[in-house]
Amino acid sequence: MLFYVFASIAVVASLLVIAQRNPIHSVLLLVASFGALSGLYVLLDAPFVAVIQIIVYAGAIMVLFLFVVMLLNAPVEDTEYDQKVHPLLRQGPTRFGVLLAVALVAELFWALTKGGGESGAFAGGAVSSVRTIGRSLFTNYSFAFEVTSILILVAMVGAVVLARQER
Amino acid sequence: MTPVLIAQLLLTFFVFFMLLNSAAVMVYAERKVAAFLQQRIGPSLVGPKGMLQPMADIVKLLFKEDLRPAAADKFLFVLAPVVSATAAFAAFAVVPFGAETTFFGLLDEPIKLQVADVNVAVLVIFAVASMGVYGIVLAGWSSNSKYSLLGGLRSSAQMISYELSYGLALAGVLVVANSMSLTEIVDGQSGTWLGFIPRWFVFLQPVGFLIYMTAGLAETNRAPFDFPEAEQELVAGYHTEYSSMAFAMFFMAEYINMVTVSAVATDLFLGGWHGPFLPESLGWIWFLLKVSAILFCYIWVRWTLPRYRYDQLMRFGWKVLLPVAAVNLMVTAAGVLYFAR
Amino acid sequence: MTPTLSDYLMLSGVLFAIGAAGVFMRRNLITILLSIEIMLNAVNLTFVAFGRALGSADGQIIVFFVMTVAAAEAAVGLAIVIALYRHRESLNPDSFTVLKW
Repeated sequence: MLFYVFASIAVVASLLVIAQRNPIHSVLLLVASFGALSGLYVLLDAPFVAVIQIIVYAGAIMVLFLFVVMLLNAPVEDTEYDQKVHPLLRQGPTRFGVLLAVALVAELFWALTKGGGESGAFAGGAVSSVRTIGRSLFTNYSFAFEVTSILILVAMVGAVVLARQER
Repeated sequence: MTPVLIAQLLLTFFVFFMLLNSAAVMVYAERKVAAFLQQRIGPSLVGPKGMLQPMADIVKLLFKEDLRPAAADKFLFVLAPVVSATAAFAAFAVVPFGAETTFFGLLDEPIKLQVADVNVAVLVIFAVASMGVYGIVLAGWSSNSKYSLLGGLRSSAQMISYELSYGLALAGVLVVANSMSLTEIVDGQSGTWLGFIPRWFVFLQPVGFLIYMTAGLAETNRAPFDFPEAEQELVAGYHTEYSSMAFAMFFMAEYINMVTVSAVATDLFLGGWHGPFLPESLGWIWFLLKVSAILFCYIWVRWTLPRYRYDQLMRFGWKVLLPVAAVNLMVTAAGVLYFAR
Repeated sequence: MTPTLSDYLMLSGVLFAIGAAGVFMRRNLITILLSIEIMLNAVNLTFVAFGRALGSADGQIIVFFVMTVAAAEAAVGLAIVIALYRHRESLNPDSFTVLKW
């Protein structure tokens, strides 16, 4: 039951994200969608991932998006065509986008219902605690962990250089 | 509806009600303590020794006109104080404030004095602190005024910068306590060494405690880190355009954030509800005393130290506090490895 | 009725399709970046669902790395958007058609 509540919030919020004209509303709706996804992770017995989703995605990445949108202060589209016609109903790539999305969902539905009944209920009680995740992360995946830290460093340096004002 | 369920519901309402009361008490305490530090008397006209002053303040705020600037984004303008206040209250949901109790035998099985016992409680507190940034950023943006926008952006940049040191100070305690559940962390601090020194984590992690309190001051936008809402600088920062109930909500959110940071510090570093001379079931009295002591230090620091300028504040957070917190974590981890052998 | 694995996969497929549609249909750089984040989240949900169904913690570990990569990519992407906006004063990708800077 909770699954359907969270799932519908996530889907509706994501639909509204791509349908809003104002980017600030899009960002806030995406935060709501992330909250719903966090609830789904709790239902999937992954409390660590759920809290990390809030801390990293909703609490850091979206704040970064919000800062950029506020600092750029870009006007929401201002040509006459853009104001009359809603972004999702325009010509050109829109039709392709709609066809692609519908085709993807239909294909997935077909694949999931056709694949026999074995994708059934979940295996019982496989609760992974923070302790097991941490242990596995630092022993089996330690190389990927170290590489990730270098990745973040590179991204930080790149972002600072790219966004710097030209003298 | 079993008695345990009813007790838990009542506990939730009780915690909410006590947090509201604590905001009111903090208003009075701040003004009285500030007055004594400045060698004057402070509020003394309204009620005995001025104790009804918060009531007078609330009534005054309620009767003010509810302004709303014309070009503001109306929905966000109304949403911002709600987000701030909700984040302030939500963090207290995982903070335990007493031992398990059966309320003098009324219940069959003991319940914890905690609204929700999750086993990643420390992370939940950190997550809710991250969500508190939104209230401020949205308030600054939706007021559509330059003072508000600058104040909001500066305030939220300050909060996310000090979140890093906050998290690393928390991580130091996690390494020592070996658990993320606040109840287990407090239970690890029971007992004494040598018979009289309590096993509080502040003795194992003194630097961590200092970092946590400093980062907590900056997270709650309290002096000396309150540049974004300083009266002399940016009018009133992100809540310039707010009045009446919305302003009251921001005000209340700030005080409740202070209470939450103090309560978490008490649980993590000062042993929670453990203390001498009292039985375990009255431990919440010790909890109250410790939280009040930390809140007194908050007010004391505000009216003693001068305010940091914004660039000094950011420089301190990134160049001093963050390296110290990282080194603290490394030393703690090395110590735990060495002594656990 | 309790949700099954296919329910979760269906949900993440729908979210992925919404994100892909957003990337194609919107002509605003910020919204395109947001749609990419929706797609990454859909993938995260798939990983966690399969990790739970197969009873291993590996799903959650991969999610950890995907989140880190998404954070790095969002930072660099937004820096590029800032640089582009400073140059051309527009967030519409259609106005960046000339290779000359």
